[in-house]
Amino acid sequence: MQYEATIGLETHVMQKTNTKMFCACKYEYGAEPNTHVCPVCLGYPGALPVMNEKAIELCCKAGLLLGCEINPYSKWDRKNYFYPDMAKNYQITQADQPLCLGGQLTVDVDGEMKTFTIERIHQEENAAKNTHVAGASLVDYNRAGTALMEIVSNPCMHSAEDALAYMTAVKQIMQYGGISNCDQEKGQMRSDVNVSVRPVGQKELGAKVEIKNMNSFAFIKEAIEYEIDRQTALLESGGTVDQETRGYDPDRGETFTQRTKENAHDYRYFPEPDLMPVKIPAEQIEQWRSELPELPAQRRVRYVQELGLPEYDAGVLTADMATSDWFEQAMRHTKNAKAVSNFIMGEMMRLLSEQNCSISESNVTPEKLAGIVALIDAKTISTGAGKQVFEIIFNDGGDPKAIVEERGMAQVSDDSALEGWADEAIANNPKPVEEYKAGNPASINFLMGQVMKASRGKANPGAVMQMLKQKLDR
Amino acid sequence: MADLHKLTIYELSEKLAAGACTSVDIVNDVLASIDATDGKVGAYLTIDRASALEQAKVADALRAEGSTLPMLGIPVAIKDLLNVKGQPCTCSSKILEGYTAPYDATVIAKLREAGTVLLGRVNMDEFAMGSSTENAALGKTSNPWNLKHVPGGSSGGSAACVAADEAIAALGSDTGGSIRQPAAFCGCVGVKPTYGRVSRYGLTAFASSLDQIGPISKTVKDSALLLEVLCGHDKMDSSSIDMDVPAFGKSLTADTSLAGIKLGLPKEYFVEGMDPEVEKTVRDAVDHCKSLGAEIVDVSLPHSKYAIAVYYIIATAEASANLARFDGIRYGLRVDGKDPIELYGKTRAVGFGSEVKRRIILGTYVLSSGYYDAYYLKAQKVRTLIRNDFTAAFKQCDAILAPVTPTPAYKLGEKTDDPLKMYLDDILTTPVNLAGNCALSLPCGFSSSGLPIGLQIIGDSFAEETILKIGHAYEQTTEWHTRKPEIS
Repeated sequence: MQYEATIGLETHVMQKTNTKMFCACKYEYGAEPNTHVCPVCLGYPGALPVMNEKAIELCCKAGLLLGCEINPYSKWDRKNYFYPDMAKNYQITQADQPLCLGGQLTVDVDGEMKTFTIERIHQEENAAKNTHVAGASLVDYNRAGTALMEIVSNPCMHSAEDALAYMTAVKQIMQYGGISNCDQEKGQMRSDVNVSVRPVGQKELGAKVEIKNMNSFAFIKEAIEYEIDRQTALLESGGTVDQETRGYDPDRGETFTQRTKENAHDYRYFPEPDLMPVKIPAEQIEQWRSELPELPAQRRVRYVQELGLPEYDAGVLTADMATSDWFEQAMRHTKNAKAVSNFIMGEMMRLLSEQNCSISESNVTPEKLAGIVALIDAKTISTGAGKQVFEIIFNDGGDPKAIVEERGMAQVSDDSALEGWADEAIANNPKPVEEYKAGNPASINFLMGQVMKASRGKANPGAVMQMLKQKLDR
Repeated sequence: MADLHKLTIYELSEKLAAGACTSVDIVNDVLASIDATDGKVGAYLTIDRASALEQAKVADALRAEGSTLPMLGIPVAIKDLLNVKGQPCTCSSKILEGYTAPYDATVIAKLREAGTVLLGRVNMDEFAMGSSTENAALGKTSNPWNLKHVPGGSSGGSAACVAADEAIAALGSDTGGSIRQPAAFCGCVGVKPTYGRVSRYGLTAFASSLDQIGPISKTVKDSALLLEVLCGHDKMDSSSIDMDVPAFGKSLTADTSLAGIKLGLPKEYFVEGMDPEVEKTVRDAVDHCKSLGAEIVDVSLPHSKYAIAVYYIIATAEASANLARFDGIRYGLRVDGKDPIELYGKTRAVGFGSEVKRRIILGTYVLSSGYYDAYYLKAQKVRTLIRNDFTAAFKQCDAILAPVTPTPAYKLGEKTDDPLKMYLDDILTTPVNLAGNCALSLPCGFSSSGLPIGLQIIGDSFAEETILKIGHAYEQTTEWHTRKPEIS
């Protein structure tokens, strides 16, 4: 019998808000433990939550970017459970009336375009960070109560590759939208993965296994693959899969039981009496919609259609938002998109990876690259010289024009100078001249090289080529 | 002793303004009164004498500079569930022993801004769960009118200290009658404001959708003044209403006519099993209002009979979550365990009293998977019907008159073995909390055994001015509020 896996993801994304979800405390990653706390996020007697409106805006914008409907009326609920990561021992979340409903995402999975659907996005508050040391557990409430939204997909994926493509796209969209930095190492994006396996053709889904709280894409892939294999093997051997919550142990590459169905939490959700329902007027939603940034897919289309870039270039430039933004800034100073693209994909990416730094840290600013491109376009310098200038600025800084002047890199287009070098090359190299005249056009490249050598790279290659052809074709 | 402790806020303010006494004199007098009688009454849990006298000195200095703050120099007692920075806030529970509040509740900040002297913290039923102040882990409070009787609850300490002249006024909180009932049992005036009028920030929550802070005082006018100080929008409480606060104190004049006012009499509020003396006393009070010019009309609040059931579902459900934070991790009592879950269990087993546990269990049960619809959801629907009853009734009348309690204060220990019996006594007060409107309790007579009986004046939402006016007219033309208990 053939089996197929079904996968759904619950992705938690920490939003970029200045303050926490329900109090005025700031969030600062890596701050001294328990320094960004107050009676509200510590769950002191009598403290009350007050909603962060910026978080609501970001959650709704995330929903709009993912094609969701914004619920004009949503409300808050208490999710009750006892654990030291939740000061009140209940989490304020949204149970049955979330901010965003529906939604979908079309992504390229190994060359095939697939559409994955989103059930909902709801807003909630983050938990504190627990650290277990020998003989004690430590709680840092700095993270407690920070704004966290949960993007719940439908069970619409069927492989680890699907899940990865979906999460990569979600991450990219959140970053482009200014919703979250999605820095997984800082816990800003974590996913619970639901995996079930059923015989092909069976209508009902198999028993659902939830793998909790993973932030690394690599581990998520491993965990899904392991879980599909485990469940399939169980079914093939005539066994049954238990509905349960499992964890993933990356050292052993295995999932393990954390909580069985019998021990499942009863969260006893009920409406949060300390907060009023959220009512969002249609005009507000339209206002937010008008403020949405362009997404990578839209940028790709624009780069191809309006800037005339190849599909490949557009894909590389938009894969990362910082690179794409950098490219856009450079395009404010030049019209030569392909030249800018070539520099980014070539020199820039090579040097960045060699020196392990990010594009925003580069000495070559968008404006400076545009300056280099302008010098090449004006035939002041050759493309090769342009690359040298790029590397000089990348390493030591400086202004393109000044570098070209200081180092005498301007190319020579003056006919009298070129003529001398061309005549010399023809006179000294009779063999390639004969070959060219005999019908081998590639032989002219040798002569060209000789001229460039004689000019110490400063001759304008186009002008040289034209002059050589003129003389030899006569 | 100059008997300053026996006076009202208005009387003392006049004396202070005239230079006839100082705030230090008042505080000294009240402290002496506490020394003389609180050994018997047991209203106070903690008194910070040095701080009270210091605040009084500051008030006197301010007055010397010309300040006329509304509560300047008046000592007030605070129910032990309101956070006052630097003070304990035990909620009469062992689980909060050792906790020191790191911040001021909004009402406390407002009292300070008005010049009030914070006198001390008074007893209550643990986490405001109870009707007799017998569910108190850290003290025992008696009714000043008869020390063998309960002061009512949960704001029993607040009412008892005011009745015993151990404070000029006090703050209480009312979730199902916890201001009005002890005020009635102790012969004081108490106001349950409209939900949203007074910020709950800093009030240790029992049931968030029902809790309101309010005054307990010796006269209607004092309550009006105190209420005016307490009310107002607070951005720290999302359920707080953003609307202007009327000048409740100034709105009360010497005019005692109730001409043009329609008072509704709900037949359902003269319940079976009601003490005949209570019924007669309240009906006499109704007649008295009629004699002042009010028109009496019959109204019906048919769903009020479900109020107890609805109340004990909604209040306990909210409480089960609100009290989850008392876990021994961050403050208060901790009993260690081998893991956090065992620590929680042990801490809460030792820290909470039996009534609190009973309500947490009940609230947990009604929210449980499979029971939610039958209990919590149904209760919310009935709550809407109860609210609709009031809305309909207030189309026929300006305010509703009713008893506060079916009986006068009962004996200590009389009902402690039968929680259900005690719950049923809340039948006349809980509907107002469920509907969210306001109500006033004031003395309207005494039983043959000398215990006070209260009259409840129920107003529409944000109709505090109306009920205060009616109460003030009644009070001005009767003498019940002038009687003092002989504490022995």
